[in-house]
Amino acid sequence: MSKKPVTSTALNDDIGEDKRLELYRLQVVIREAEQRAYDLFLQNLVKGTSHLSLGQEAVAAGFAGAMKKGDLSFCTYRGHAHTLARGVPIEKVLGELMGRDNGLMRGKGGSMHLTSEEHGVMGSYAIIGAHLPIACGAAWRAQYKKQDDVSVCFFGDGTTNIGAFHEALNFAAVWKLPVVFVCENNLYMEYTPIGDVTAVPSPAGDRASAYGLEKIVIDGNDADAVYRAAQTAYDKARSGKGPSLIECLTYRYSGHSRADPAKYRPEGELERWKQRDPIKIYKERLKQFGISDDQIAKIDAEVKQEVDEATEKCKASPTPPLEILTTDVYADGGFAWRN
Amino acid sequence: MAELTYRDAVIRGIAQEMQRDEDVVFLGEDVAKAGGVFKATVGLYEKFGPLRVRDTPISEQAILGAAMGAAMTGLKPIAEIMFSDFFAVCFDYIANEFPKSRYMTNGQTKCPLVVRTGNGAGSRFGAQHSQSVENWCMMIPGLKVVAPSSPVDVIGLLAASVRDPDPVIFLEHKSLYATKGEVPDGEILDKLGTAKILRPGKDATILALALMVPRALAAAEKLAAEHGIDCEVIDVRSLVPLDTQTILSSVAKTHRAFSVEENPRLCGWGAEIMSIIADEAFYDLDGPLVRITTPHCPLPSADILEDAILPSVDRIADRVRKTLQA
Repeated sequence: MSKKPVTSTALNDDIGEDKRLELYRLQVVIREAEQRAYDLFLQNLVKGTSHLSLGQEAVAAGFAGAMKKGDLSFCTYRGHAHTLARGVPIEKVLGELMGRDNGLMRGKGGSMHLTSEEHGVMGSYAIIGAHLPIACGAAWRAQYKKQDDVSVCFFGDGTTNIGAFHEALNFAAVWKLPVVFVCENNLYMEYTPIGDVTAVPSPAGDRASAYGLEKIVIDGNDADAVYRAAQTAYDKARSGKGPSLIECLTYRYSGHSRADPAKYRPEGELERWKQRDPIKIYKERLKQFGISDDQIAKIDAEVKQEVDEATEKCKASPTPPLEILTTDVYADGGFAWRN
Repeated sequence: MAELTYRDAVIRGIAQEMQRDEDVVFLGEDVAKAGGVFKATVGLYEKFGPLRVRDTPISEQAILGAAMGAAMTGLKPIAEIMFSDFFAVCFDYIANEFPKSRYMTNGQTKCPLVVRTGNGAGSRFGAQHSQSVENWCMMIPGLKVVAPSSPVDVIGLLAASVRDPDPVIFLEHKSLYATKGEVPDGEILDKLGTAKILRPGKDATILALALMVPRALAAAEKLAAEHGIDCEVIDVRSLVPLDTQTILSSVAKTHRAFSVEENPRLCGWGAEIMSIIADEAFYDLDGPLVRITTPHCPLPSADILEDAILPSVDRIADRVRKTLQA
């Protein structure tokens, strides 16, 4: 097989080589770290619950890849991917899942609440819909203080049927807030097909017109498509033209949570989606733009090594000390409620 | 010094804080152009403009969620929930989001906001617009809960709430909006977590909150005039943080304690305070701890029924007298 020469000019379309390599790496980081989280769960080293984004990597990579420093991410309990995509160290994420002292929140939050404000990850919210209004508030602050950051709020298809979704969409549209709502439509609200419980075919897209917004439904397994849609929405938000609602069509390879073997899926569905695997698609894309197999393999190997090293650090990390049990309930650092 | 209504004290308190700090913003239903359904925010929109005083849709979740997002990222929002009963439609923010974010994130997330709300009975609005929900809020770790009974306390405690780094639920009593009190000129700043002894006495301690404060005071005067019983009346003011020292010191002196609570009986705020007294001041007591509450019952609408269900001056005085004379 002949390889095209790799030159930056050959790759100089609207996305460019550097960004494509970044998007690829982010997807691989998410894939490997999520797979590791699953393996660690099987080894009983990850406790509690966890909600993986295997198969949905392109959404997180594309939206994060298009963000500027200072932009804010608001995630759900399925938030490992979005947290990693903002550059939060893998070790901190795995450590939190494992309940270790090196975790992002020293084990006080867990898998469903990953937060790293220094990376712009303003929280992972485990109550469906709760963070859409919260993202509106952060966007209101940007609007009020004339700051140019965008608040980006990720949620699943199931969220489109809860009241807070509709309250937030209307609120953001009326106030013209710089917020981008991203629906990851992975076809299932927990265990039930979204189509069985939703009045319209596109759970987010078909609701957009109710709030004066454009219907935007994109291929959520193609990181380039995601990246471009993100850029358009961020530009709109930054130029004072208000919110966007973007529905990304994607698929969840694992069950809803670790407790769910996903036996409700029709035969062949998973396999069909795996043919459109986001990482597979993106590898092909990189090759089209002349990036060599060696370069790709190098990224894969580097990420695997990062995940391995992070895993070992987490295994070696102590568990959190009991002294932190009642810290940070109130702003004074403690939990005193009386004199 | 000027005489001000409780309602005007709310306006003055908000204005004082908005004047002081540009990061203080205010949002709620009908609060801006209409000046609030209780007219407790009249003039703020005109004074501070449409960017800082904002009307919202009827979307209580959006109101509280937006307040939280703004607070997390640098503003100091005051959010109004028109009736405290509506906390039930946005309770996720009150119970799950505001109070737990700092803890769950190991101290990363801040949430300096105030939720003002019209609380309590007396307006003949029936079971879903009249409740006293202070106990709904008091039970949640991470929140602070304040309920002033006088105009001067409204201003001082509202200022303290706005400047507080934690989420504060600020319960204004609807039946107090028209009441008046003396208020000093200039900036007023009070302290959360401080109870106030409004009437010193030696025979019994009566603990009260919000609308129950004037009733407890009137009952104390009646008991003094008619029976020679000298009650100490304490306005608890702040349920979280709670000024247990003022309460325990008073009980050490009077050896008797009563709570007068507008919330329904089960798990009302007085239950917690009485359990503290029982734990820590048992040997100071000369008799049982007695809670005077609204019964475990929804609130009726008709005036005669509503008046009968709340602790009244006569009911308070009667119960204190009978207990002391038993």
